[in-house]
Amino acid sequence: MSNNGTPMLDDLEKGPWPSFVTDMKQAAAKKPAVNDLMRQLEASYTEKVGHWKHGGIVGVKGYGGGVIGRYSDSPDRFPGVEHFHTIRVNQPAGWFYNTKSLRALCDVWDKHGSGLTNFHGATGDIILLGTTTDQLQPTFDDLAELGFDLGGSGSAMRTPSCCVGPARCEWACFDSLNVVDTVTRTFQDQLHRPMFPYKFKIKVSGCPNDCVAAIARSDMAIIGTWKGNIAIDQTEVTQCAANGMNIQTEVVDMCPTHCMAWDGSTLKIEDRECNRCMHCINLMPKALRPGNERGASILVGGKAPIVHGAMLGWVVVPFIKLEPPYDNLIELVNKIFEWWDENGKMRERLGELINRQGMGKFLKAVGLKPVPQMIKRPRANPYYFWREGV
Amino acid sequence: MATRTDFGPPDYRQMLPPIITKNYGQWKYHERLQPGLLMHVAESGDALYTIRVGSERLLSTDKVREMCDLAEKYCDGYLRFTSRHNVEFLCSDKARVDPLIAELKAKGWPVGGTGHSITNIVHTQGWIHCHTPATDASAVVKSVMDELYQYFGTMDLPGYCRISLACCLNMCGAVHCSDIAILGMHRMVPKINHDIVRTKCELPNVIAACPTGAIRPDPANKSLTVNPDRCMYCGNCYTMCPGMTVADPIGDGISIWVGGKVSNSRSGPAFSRLVVPFLPNNPPRWPETVEVVKMLVETWAKHARKHERMGEWIERIGWERFFEITGLPFTEQMIDDFTMAPETFRTTAAFKW
Repeated sequence: MSNNGTPMLDDLEKGPWPSFVTDMKQAAAKKPAVNDLMRQLEASYTEKVGHWKHGGIVGVKGYGGGVIGRYSDSPDRFPGVEHFHTIRVNQPAGWFYNTKSLRALCDVWDKHGSGLTNFHGATGDIILLGTTTDQLQPTFDDLAELGFDLGGSGSAMRTPSCCVGPARCEWACFDSLNVVDTVTRTFQDQLHRPMFPYKFKIKVSGCPNDCVAAIARSDMAIIGTWKGNIAIDQTEVTQCAANGMNIQTEVVDMCPTHCMAWDGSTLKIEDRECNRCMHCINLMPKALRPGNERGASILVGGKAPIVHGAMLGWVVVPFIKLEPPYDNLIELVNKIFEWWDENGKMRERLGELINRQGMGKFLKAVGLKPVPQMIKRPRANPYYFWREGV
Repeated sequence: MATRTDFGPPDYRQMLPPIITKNYGQWKYHERLQPGLLMHVAESGDALYTIRVGSERLLSTDKVREMCDLAEKYCDGYLRFTSRHNVEFLCSDKARVDPLIAELKAKGWPVGGTGHSITNIVHTQGWIHCHTPATDASAVVKSVMDELYQYFGTMDLPGYCRISLACCLNMCGAVHCSDIAILGMHRMVPKINHDIVRTKCELPNVIAACPTGAIRPDPANKSLTVNPDRCMYCGNCYTMCPGMTVADPIGDGISIWVGGKVSNSRSGPAFSRLVVPFLPNNPPRWPETVEVVKMLVETWAKHARKHERMGEWIERIGWERFFEITGLPFTEQMIDDFTMAPETFRTTAAFKW
């Protein structure tokens, strides 16, 4: 398409990487509103500032979230995007699809919206990008017909997401898809009706490689781990060496706990000293496998900078067995919700509350015993409390 | 008719190809056969081939249907997406792998993103659909990936390199633990519109939302005032109150952070660190940002040891050496002055010249 008045967007169709502009043009061919979206984006490129108005509360019947209100700040210039709301749709665990469901989803969105999507948003949800206020309820009704529900937004539990897990990974230490599916179904009310101090994210990774970045961005990170010995297939180790891997420099020397030895024919691991970082297993998937007693570590408090700075999750449960129906996990989540909801200030994430009130208070409130696995090192200052019975 | 609510997402079990249903939890090992092609072998001996393809994330329904066409032609109608906006075609029949890859390449869809490559950039909405951005997302990502394209389809880098982009420091993209993070930054104190602040905002909540205590009541105007010496332009007040505009054509731009990671492999998860405090928004191609990101990737690739990620390389050589090798100027913004600042100050006399 040429001469459409969006020269900077057109430039972004050049080059080898797939261009989002091509998708916008495809959508615009069916939905004239997308032409205004493109013209507004071109204006942002020219004026170097966004053109979406602040917020706006819209939704569908029975839900407090899941729809992000979006209005153009220049509806006179871009009438097609005067209202152009986003719908967050809860993805199936692991982001697997059959094409029948995907096509049905596309049909609904062509019928009611812009025809633009994100697979997926940074939240993990399917994002349906842009529709008018009057189309929100009809969109949801048709989605419900297909079995697609809304995801979380605002001060609610957000849509949990997980790695590919046991569906296609030999390292999954528990069923990350089933955990996410169960947690999502258990907390539908908290997901759909914002009632917390702020957002609450649960992300689930099946092993310490943490493919969904749970530790960085979730208030509760569930990360697979194991006890017991790494299983070694010495023949496959030898095969790795024969294939050109330098076992000494690439594996043994890079082990952070120096718990491995290689004499040219046999690999030895002193498993008691292993911290399960995954490096050796990552390098030799055919030769090494995680130990047999598998479960997860739970870390809390991870978040991005807003408000008081970014934090990585802190270990509060070094090891938990995760098996259906996951009562132990659900009970812990409920206790955490209760304490945070009771004590958290507006826009205070769990990690910030723990930082303000003290880890000791948190552990006591949710019934967890202090263990050395929770810390990098003990405190160096003498300002500790001496409470009765602690 | 009563509206049905709270029924939850579709059951993932309906979405799994038969080979996965059969071998669920029974995978034995995997191999990277070539860039963009994984083979997972189950205890049963079944092999599943995954072909990974980079996507633009902002997908039209037409493009999604094109993906469906391919999945139906080669993969019995199943596919999945990754956490980094790639699409994965799941092939249970080895004979279909090469024809699928050939058709993908003929379409110009990038096959790769596995192993020691530059995989897709996790990113946010930017000017296309967000109300607090300090930069665009899709155009910056497109421009960077055009330039790093060769690294998507090869696996010759020293280690993993995760690039992420968030268009403001709300960070929907949680970029703060990436090998290279591209982060939209505001640099201007909020412009206060007293009429809006008076009529639309909960003043105590806005005051409480400021992480540096820069916002105070302005009784004369029944509004708020910002102490410019304390404001760090985080934009949290704007999120709370539309009368506190922080976006600005000159003030807004991009910062670059390096050395973060989330995996526990070798070294623990780590935050990315500031190395370029400001680059201008220069649409449509953001050449200054593209140049710095490319330089960082190639400098790391040249100097790092095998399996060493950006942050591990830098920790080994030291930050003083990093600034020397990259030629990036060290500026005062890189010395922390927020709540955890002392943790980053050097507390030893041992350092390099």
